[in-house]
Amino acid sequence: MQKLLRAFLRHPSGRIGLTIIALYLLAAVLGTLGLTPRDPLKLFAIDRLKPPSANYWFGTDLLGRDTFSRLMVGIKQSMIIAFSSVALATLFGTIIGLLAAWWGTLWDGILMRIMDVLLAFPAILLALLIIAIVGPGTGTSVAAIAIVYTPIFARVVRGPALSLKQRDFVDAARTFGSSQPYILSRHLLLNLVAPLAVQVTLALAWALLTEAGLSFLGLGTQPPTPSLGLMLAESKNLMTQAPWLMIFPALTIMLGILGFNLTGDALRDILDPRTQRREA
Amino acid sequence: MNYVVQRLLTFPLILLGVSVLVFVSIRMVPGDAITAMLGTEAGLLTPAQRSALAAYFGIDQPVWSQYLRWLSGLFQGDLGISSIYGKPVLAIIIERFPLTLQLALMSMVIALSVGVPLGVFAATRNEKPSDLIVRMLAMLGQSTPSFVIGVLIIYVLSVFFGFVPAMGTFTPLFVDPLASIGQLIFPAITLGFAFAASVTRISRSAMLDVLSDDYIRTARSKGASQRSVVWRHALPNALIPVVTLSGVEFGYLLGGAVIVEQIFALPGLGRLVLDAITQRDYALVQGTVLFIAFNFLLVNLLVDLAYVALDPRIRIGGR
Repeated sequence: MQKLLRAFLRHPSGRIGLTIIALYLLAAVLGTLGLTPRDPLKLFAIDRLKPPSANYWFGTDLLGRDTFSRLMVGIKQSMIIAFSSVALATLFGTIIGLLAAWWGTLWDGILMRIMDVLLAFPAILLALLIIAIVGPGTGTSVAAIAIVYTPIFARVVRGPALSLKQRDFVDAARTFGSSQPYILSRHLLLNLVAPLAVQVTLALAWALLTEAGLSFLGLGTQPPTPSLGLMLAESKNLMTQAPWLMIFPALTIMLGILGFNLTGDALRDILDPRTQRREA
Repeated sequence: MNYVVQRLLTFPLILLGVSVLVFVSIRMVPGDAITAMLGTEAGLLTPAQRSALAAYFGIDQPVWSQYLRWLSGLFQGDLGISSIYGKPVLAIIIERFPLTLQLALMSMVIALSVGVPLGVFAATRNEKPSDLIVRMLAMLGQSTPSFVIGVLIIYVLSVFFGFVPAMGTFTPLFVDPLASIGQLIFPAITLGFAFAASVTRISRSAMLDVLSDDYIRTARSKGASQRSVVWRHALPNALIPVVTLSGVEFGYLLGGAVIVEQIFALPGLGRLVLDAITQRDYALVQGTVLFIAFNFLLVNLLVDLAYVALDPRIRIGGR
């Protein structure tokens, strides 16, 4: 673990990526604890559409709400949705992929064809279909992103699990009478941590993007809870009078996604020695 | 089993799965279909009128027979009637599809004509400052969602150039090609931006792979110029992963135009899906989602088949 962290800090994009993620997590924690410079929901009616100043670091919106505080709560909202949806997708995807590989033949065929059906939809469309059924909201965003990503994790796990299953040490474990759950968790899952870790980080970047996209369309987090996508969408009509309302949410979204993408790339370089020289 | 045969056999199977999923998910919407269709006016119906309507739309039948009826309708091109537009769903889709198709094609042209040269350029200058800059830009591009780029483009155009991109209207390509392309150019840049970044990354790493191959060393040792080695010997092989990426991505572009069409107020297929969802027009949701998923699957199938044609190893060895 320490070795991994050291390799990470040597890797330039890993360093930048981890710093960004750390800052975002800090903002999310402070946002959750209510430690924002101002109340993100409070209307300061006399201070409507104020440009950035010492008082309002990133300016205020049409209703006089503080952009900086709203961004912090927006980051918290994005992080909660991204982390919980990717956690669900990892859990279900890993279980499905492992079982498909372990049981083989018929079950493999059935499970993976179901995953293929889910993969037949462009991601955003599947998310929209789910929102059409359940109605928009935070929980729906989590479920939609989790369902979109589950088949991808199932595929990432199934391939390596199939080849691990035929390795000698798994055969040996079976001969010694190890139980199936033990073999699955100990011998298969532990060896899948590296590819999973890379996929999880990249999935987090994608989940942030999708969450922002859904709330940009008005189909994600519902007001008055601040969300990055909605803040950007609302800035569209005011962009000439109050460009700060657009610039800061746009940068916040980009930087967050960049942080996870950089970290994912660094992880791939470190964990997969084959690509080390080329993509470092 | 032969890969091509296997692929062709599973295609209809997955398509059937997709149709079941779309059908079942729409049936899972809370509330009954008649209320959904008529809205508040449904309250004015007498029970007799209600059951007559149910019989008319066939929703008094068991679910599986409803599904079979719907499926056999699909084969005859009958996707139902939209409640917002009062027209057959298929007719609306055919009306809206050309815009989205043209938008997707234009973004693909933009992405490839920017991404491939940049990727090749970076690969030939491996680890030099120019390579690092291209890689940084590509990483940044990949991390920028289309709606951020779209909003930024509109901002820059309107504030610095006093120009507002045409919104809400669309001239078909065959009516006035120049006007049509002009209207879609900024949406296409928006949609193609992140795609260009991934093309750059993929073509760079594919090019680096190929450049270290033995046959390239052979070409160099018989005295071929750097230019000829890169563009004539290496590029064709380096393009194979780019073709795969483009195919998958093209399917996404067809469906992912939702957000871009929303930003630029373009009357395309993506906007249609969104309107159908927000206005709860379930026949339209069902039809458009199915149509987009079908296209997505078809493009992926064609890419896989093209891949087999390009790389004979797959034909024999299976996956």
